[in-house]
Amino acid sequence: MDIDLMMRVYPFFLDAAWVTIQLSLLTALLGLTCGTLGAAARLSRLAVLRFLGAAYVSLFRGTPALIQLFILYFGGPQIGIQLDAFEAGVIGLGINAGAYMTETIRGAIISIDKGQREAARTLGLSQWQATYKVILPQAARLMVRPLGVNMNMLIKATALVAAISVVELTYTAQRYIGSTYKPFEMFLLAGLLYMIIIYVTGRAVAWLDRKVQIT
Amino acid sequence: MTDQSHFVEIRHAQKSYGTLEVLKDISLNVERGQIVAIIGPSGSGKSTLLRAINDLDSLTGGEVWLDGVQVNKDLPHRQYEKHINAMRQDIGMVFQHFNLFPHLTARENVVMAPKMLKGLSKEAADKLAEEQLEKVGMLDRIDYYPSRLSGGQKQRVAIARALAMKPKLMLFDEATSALDPELVDEVNMVMKKLAEEHMTMIIVTHEMDFAASVCDRVLFMDQGVVVEEGPPEIVFRKPTKDRTREFLRKHLAGVA
Ligand SMILES: Nc1ncnc2c1ncn2[C@@H]1O[C@H](COP(=O)(O)OP(=O)(O)OP(=O)(O)O)[C@@H](O)[C@H]1O
Ligand SMILES: [Mg+2]
Repeated sequence: MDIDLMMRVYPFFLDAAWVTIQLSLLTALLGLTCGTLGAAARLSRLAVLRFLGAAYVSLFRGTPALIQLFILYFGGPQIGIQLDAFEAGVIGLGINAGAYMTETIRGAIISIDKGQREAARTLGLSQWQATYKVILPQAARLMVRPLGVNMNMLIKATALVAAISVVELTYTAQRYIGSTYKPFEMFLLAGLLYMIIIYVTGRAVAWLDRKVQIT
Repeated sequence: MTDQSHFVEIRHAQKSYGTLEVLKDISLNVERGQIVAIIGPSGSGKSTLLRAINDLDSLTGGEVWLDGVQVNKDLPHRQYEKHINAMRQDIGMVFQHFNLFPHLTARENVVMAPKMLKGLSKEAADKLAEEQLEKVGMLDRIDYYPSRLSGGQKQRVAIARALAMKPKLMLFDEATSALDPELVDEVNMVMKKLAEEHMTMIIVTHEMDFAASVCDRVLFMDQGVVVEEGPPEIVFRKPTKDRTREFLRKHLAGVA
C-alpha cells in the first residue's frame, strides 16, 4: 500500500469531502422539506393530496436514484430544465430522499396514540392546533432516529453524483486513479473520509435524540 | 329550534357502523346539576353514546343539545369545525386511559388549552393551574411529567385539565377502569367532590357501588338501547326488566 501517495493527495480529497458535506447538507434540507410536504399530503383530509403524496413516494422509491439523476441532468435540457451538475445533484437526491423521509415522518405521526388527538380536540383545540401542540411535538421526538437513518443513506447516495461529474469524493477518487493507477489507495482514502462524515453525523443524531427525550 | 327545555338533551340518537347498529333511537335528558350513570355490558354502546355528546363519534341520526344549543348542527365543514370547537370547550371529557400529554408537565397539561383558546396571561395561567391541581390534590406534583405519576395521579391531573376549561358538563368514560384497585378511591373522591359542587356529569362506569352513591339517575343499556332507567334505588334494588336483573346479578357485589 502506497501510504506516501495517500499522504500527498489527501488535501485534495479533503476539498472533495467538503463538497460531499455541502451536497449532503443541502440534500438533507431539501429532503426534509419534501418529506414534510409529502407527509402532510399523505395525511391530508383531501383524497387528491393523499393520492399525490402516495404517487410521489412510490415513484421515487420505485426507481433507481441514478436514473432519476440522469433524467434530470441529461434529459432536463430537452424539456427546458438547465442545471449545472451540482444543482442537479442536490435537487435529484433531495427529491429522492424526500420520498423516504415522507414515510419516516408519516410513520412517526401515525404512531402517536389517537387518544392524544381526541383529548386535544375534546378541550376545544382545532385539528391544526391539536396537530402542532400535541401530535407534532411527540412525533418529532420519534422521528430523530429514523431520520438519522435516512441521513446515513443520503450521505452514501451522494456518491452517485460522480456519474454526472460533480467533483465530490467518489469522482475525485476516480480522477486520481486515472493519473496514479492506484485504485486500492484512492478508494480507501475516499471510503475513510465517508466513514468519518457518517460517524460524526451519527453522533450528532444520537446526541439530538437524547436531548429531545422527555424526562 | 323547538321547545328546548332540558340542560342536556339527546333526541333519538342513532349510530351505525355499516350494518351494525350500535345506538338504536336513544333519548336522554339531563338537568343542570344532575349526575347520570350509564351502566351496561361491554359493547352495549355506552362509550359511543358518551362520545356522541361532544361529537367525538358522530351520530348517524338524532340530535344532541346542550344548554339550548344543538351540538351536532348540520353546517358546512369549516363552520361546523368552529362551532364544535366552541361547544367542546363547554364539555369536559375524561378517558379511561387518561390521555395526558406526555411531553407536558401537569401544569402545562392543565393550562395549554385555556392559554391557547382563552388567551390567559402567564399569571392567570399559573393561578388556574394551581387552583385546578389543588382541587384534585395534585398541587405537590405540579411540575411533574406524566411518566412520573401513578395511574390515579394521572387521572386526577386529567380531570383538572378538563375542569380548567370551566365546562358546563363533564363526561367520564370509565375513568377508573384502567386503575389498580387501590388507586380507584382517590379518583372517586375527586368525582364525589365535583358532585357536591353540582357539576352536571354523565358517567359511564362498571362500578355499581360508586354509581349508586353519587348519581341521581341510572341508565342501563344493552345492545344499543336503554333497557331501564330510573333513580339508583329503583334500578339497583327493584329492577323491572329481566335483562337488568341478570346484568346486576353478575356485577353487583356490595350494593344492597
Ligand atoms: N369504530 C368502530 N367501528 C366499528 N364498530 C365499532 C367502532 N366503535 C365501536 N364499535 C362497536 O360498537 C359497539 C359499541 O361499542 P362501545 O365502545 O360504545 O361499547 P361500550 O358499551 O362502551 O363497551 P365497553 O364496556 O367494552 O367499553 C361495539 O359492538 C363495538 O364493537
Ligand atoms: Mg366503552
